[in-house]
Amino acid sequence: MSIASYTQSRKSALSASVWFKYASPQLFFPLAGKLIPVFAVISAVLCIIGAYIGFFVAPTDQQQGDAYRIIFLHVPAAWMSMVIYLAMAFWAGIGLVMNTRLSSMMATALAPTGAMFTVLALWTGALWGKPTWGAWWVWDARLTSELILLFLYIGFMALQASIDDLRRADKAGAVLALVGVINVPVIYFSVQWWNTLHQGSSISLRNAPSMAITMLVGMLVMALGFWAYSIAVALLRVRCIVLERERHSDWIKQYVVSMEK
Amino acid sequence: MIWENWSDFFAMGGYGLYVWGSVVVTLVLMFGEIFLLAMRWNASIRHLGKWIRNLQKERHENKA
Repeated sequence: MSIASYTQSRKSALSASVWFKYASPQLFFPLAGKLIPVFAVISAVLCIIGAYIGFFVAPTDQQQGDAYRIIFLHVPAAWMSMVIYLAMAFWAGIGLVMNTRLSSMMATALAPTGAMFTVLALWTGALWGKPTWGAWWVWDARLTSELILLFLYIGFMALQASIDDLRRADKAGAVLALVGVINVPVIYFSVQWWNTLHQGSSISLRNAPSMAITMLVGMLVMALGFWAYSIAVALLRVRCIVLERERHSDWIKQYVVSMEK
Repeated sequence: MIWENWSDFFAMGGYGLYVWGSVVVTLVLMFGEIFLLAMRWNASIRHLGKWIRNLQKERHENKA
């Protein structure tokens, strides 16, 4: 083996060990605790800037008037509902294949936040649909597939809650989450595949954005703020889960005693 | 600043109910989630603390 390839393999072994190091709940727990305030501050700053742009800088829309301002909450919430599902299925799948407890706990921690953003996407969508379409709800492809996403989140949580053996609950949930992944591209492409009332994508990779630049910036800043919020909240919840599930280990007992002082 | 005055801002061009209905529910759900997690964290620490003290007491009694 040449020296170059030897150092290369040493390097990759090193970086792999860094990743696996934090697969241990004991090492991940304090790291998550340090990351939470960082993402909380990033989220607060971005959401305030995004809301300022959306509600004080972006001009009134010529067609929809000020009702369109719901976009600054609706689109980021809808994006997060899909992104969190993918992240949840990813961690659930890793937990299933690699048999790493922490990955499964991460999936469990993401589900309620994903469900919350799905409810928000549906709620803000209804409040936007009423003034622009004249209906709170229509059974079209985009709305129906987003509703199915909510049922997938609820199904995942209910299934895990119904199984007492935690590792079996992790595995059953992972199978459900992975099967449900098929719904995410259906949501995303539904406005292209079917005739729907829902307007097309506001931004796409191929075409220039179909909106004013300030509107686009406000929406993207808000989306990044929601993204940071999701990370902070998921880390907070995964720390609660680690605390409860690893309670028999000595380091958790020591941590609890140190917290109570 | 695109608004003439604050009442203009709150009216949202006649769509106030829809826009503020979205904003309020978003704030309630997001802050509500943080609040519930803080409650869960504190309750877990409390319960585990009690559980650990009981374990120590049992161990102590078994020795005696």
